[in-house]
Amino acid sequence: MPKQPRPESVYFFGTCLIDLFYPEAGLAGMELLKREGLKVVFPPEQTCCGQPARNNGYQDEARAVARLQLDAFPGDRPIVVPSGSCAGMMKTHYPEMFEGTPDHARAVAFSQRVFELTEFLVDVLGVTLVDKGQPVTITWHPSCHSQREAGVVEQPKALLRQLSNVTLVENPREKECCGFGGAFAVRQAEISAAMVADKVASIEETGATSVVSGDCGCLMNITGAAEKSKKGFKGRHIAEFILERCHGR
Amino acid sequence: MVADAHKMEFGAKAHVALNDPKLRANFRRAMDGLMTKRAAQFADTGEWTSLRARGAAIRANALAKLPELLEQLEANCLRNGIHVHWAETTAEANAIVLGILEAAGARTVIKGKSMVTEEMHLNAHLEKNGITPVESDLGEYIIQLAGEAPSHIVMPCIHKNKGEIAELFHDKIEGQPYTENVDELTAAARKALRGAFAGADAGISGVNFAVAETGTLVLIENEGNGRLSTTLPPLHIAVTGIEKVLEKLDDVPPLLSLLPRSATGQPITTYVNMISSPRKDGEKDGPKAVHLVLLDNGRSRVHGDTELRDTLRCIRCAACMNHCPVYTRVGGHTYTFTYPGPIGKLLTPQLEGIDCAGDQPHASTLCRACADVCPVQIPIPDLLVRLRTESVRPAAPGAVKGAGSMASSSETMGWKGWTLLYGSPLIYRIGTKMLGWFGNLMPSSAPMLKQWTSVRTKPKFAPKSLHELAREKGFCDE
Ligand code: SF4
Repeated sequence: MPKQPRPESVYFFGTCLIDLFYPEAGLAGMELLKREGLKVVFPPEQTCCGQPARNNGYQDEARAVARLQLDAFPGDRPIVVPSGSCAGMMKTHYPEMFEGTPDHARAVAFSQRVFELTEFLVDVLGVTLVDKGQPVTITWHPSCHSQREAGVVEQPKALLRQLSNVTLVENPREKECCGFGGAFAVRQAEISAAMVADKVASIEETGATSVVSGDCGCLMNITGAAEKSKKGFKGRHIAEFILERCHGR
Repeated sequence: MVADAHKMEFGAKAHVALNDPKLRANFRRAMDGLMTKRAAQFADTGEWTSLRARGAAIRANALAKLPELLEQLEANCLRNGIHVHWAETTAEANAIVLGILEAAGARTVIKGKSMVTEEMHLNAHLEKNGITPVESDLGEYIIQLAGEAPSHIVMPCIHKNKGEIAELFHDKIEGQPYTENVDELTAAARKALRGAFAGADAGISGVNFAVAETGTLVLIENEGNGRLSTTLPPLHIAVTGIEKVLEKLDDVPPLLSLLPRSATGQPITTYVNMISSPRKDGEKDGPKAVHLVLLDNGRSRVHGDTELRDTLRCIRCAACMNHCPVYTRVGGHTYTFTYPGPIGKLLTPQLEGIDCAGDQPHASTLCRACADVCPVQIPIPDLLVRLRTESVRPAAPGAVKGAGSMASSSETMGWKGWTLLYGSPLIYRIGTKMLGWFGNLMPSSAPMLKQWTSVRTKPKFAPKSLHELAREKGFCDE
C-alpha cells in the first residue's frame, strides 16, 4: 500500500454491527483519528457496506445498499473503516459488483479511498502511541477478511507492540477462522459452534486476559461463546483498546 | 424435495462427524501436519508467488483452448496407438470401460488411484457385471476393504488411525494377526496386492495431466503401484475428466512442482509415469493395448461460463481441503459426493446440480484460507458466492444445473426487507431505533437467535447507536 500524503480530514464508515452493537468501538476509532489532528466526518446517510446480501447471493440487494454508500461518501476524502471485513468488501468487491453499470467508475474510485482503521493509522498517519495503562497480557485475533481480503496483517500488531505495558502473546491458531461467517453461524450452527469452541480454547491456552480484534463480527462470536462457557478472558475492539491505553484506563 | 434430502444429509452427517471425537482428532492431527509441511515448502513467498501465477496461467490457457486441445490430444494419442473414447455421462463412461474389459475377456482389474472413477462409481459397476476391481493404492486398498468411499482426494483413508486399520486388516485379511506395527501392516497389504498385480487381466488408472502436443498421459504417485498397474497387465485403461488436458510438455514441470508440495508437502513426487503408447515391438514390458476414456459429466457446461470455468483449473492437490476449517472438522464423508472440501463445494453443485447439492456452497465462512493456498489461484470463495447467487436466482439462464432451486419466498422477502432498511437513510434511522428497542426484548429461543445462543450469549443492542453518538459528538457536521 503506497503511503499517501497525510490528509486534513477523513470520512468514517461506522459499519452496521458497530452502529447497533458496539458504538463505543466506532467512537474510539473516530477519537483516535481526531487525536492525530484530523477532521473526522461521519456522514449520517451511511448504513451498511452490503456484505450480508452479497455473501448470501442477493446481488441486486447488495448493490442497492452499496450504491447508497457511494452517494454518502462523495469527494475524494479517505474513508476509514474500523473493520477489516467491511473494508475488504468495499476495497475488493465494490469494483466487481458494479462492473458494467453506470456506477462502475465511481465504485472503483470509492474502493481506492477505503482504508481499514489500523492500516490508516500505521501506513498513512504513522502514529506513535504512548501507553499509560497497567501491565496486561493480550492476544490478537485477525478476521479472515482483514487478513485475506483487505490485506491488513502487520499493522494492528505493529500498533499493539508500540504499547509498552502490553504483552502480546501469539495464538498458534491465530489465522484460523472463528466460525462466524455471518449467516453461516445460523445456517451451519453446529459447525460454527465447533469452530468457535476451538477458537475460544486456543485463546484461553495463550493465557491472555483479553483478545483484541479489529472486527466486531468475530468479537461478537468469540466473546459470546467465551461468556456462555464462562471463560476468563474479555474481548476488545482494537480502537477501544488503544484509546483506553492512551488515556491510562 | 431432492434438495431437502441432501440438505438433511449434509447437516445430519456433519452432526455425526462433529460428535465423533476420534474422527475429529484424526483429521485435526493429519491436517495440522499437512499444513506445516506445505508451509515449509513455500517458505520463499517470492518463488511461491511466481510459480503459482505460472501454474494458474498454464491451466487457464489450456481451458481457453480446451476444444482444440482435446482434438489435438485425440489425434496424437491415436497416432501413438492409444485408443480414445468420449463419454458424455458417467453411465456412458462405465459402459465404455466395461465394454473394453469384456471384449478382452478380463475378469480381474488392478486399479491405480483415480478420483474420476470414484465419480463414476466404477467399482460398483464392474462388480455388478462380474469383474473384480482391486485398489492398489494403500489408502484406497484400505477403504475398499472397509467398504467405504475416499474421505480426501489425495489421502483417501486419512479419517482412520493406526488402530482402526490394524483392526480392519485383522478382520479382512486371512491369517493377519492384530498389529499396529506400520511396517507389518504395509507388508501385509503388499503381500495381498502382489497376487492381484500378477493375476490382473487389466489395469485402470486416472490421469493427472494429458499432454495434447505429444499425446502423453502423465500420472504421478508415491507407492509404485500406479506404475505396476499401468505396465504389468496386458491392458491399460486410463480415465480422465476432459479438463485435465495441457497444451504442451513444457507445461508439466511447473505443475509437478506445485502439486506434491501443495498436497503433502513433499518436494517432489516419488514416481512420474509418462505413458505415450502401448508396448512396441521389441519392448519387454508395458500393456499391449492402452485406452483413454475422456469424461465430460457436466464439465463442458461449466466450461461454457467464463467465470465458473476457473473451477476446472483444479489439479486435485487437496491443499484447499487441508486448510479448510470446515473440512477439518467434519471430514470428507460429510460431503456425500466424491469431491469434498472447498473444491467439492464448487464442483459438486456444478456437476450434480444445485437442486442436489445447493447447500454445500453455504457450508463456508468464506474465510479464504482455500484461495490462499490454491496453487492455481482458483478464487474459490468468490465462486461460492456466485453459486449462492445462482441458487436463489429464479430460473437463471446460467450454466448451472438447478439454478434457482433454492429460492424461497420467505428468504427473498427477508432480503427485500433488509434492502428497505439499509437502502434508505431515513428508514434506517427509524428502523434501527425500533430494532434496538425490540431486539433486546427478543427471547433467546426466537428463530435464528436460538441457533446463535445455543453456544453463545445473546448480543445486546447498545442504548445509543453510533449514528446517535456521532451526532451528539459533532462528527456528523461537515
Ligand atoms: S481447488 Fe486448488 S487447492 Fe483445491 S484441490 Fe484444486 S488445485 Fe488444489
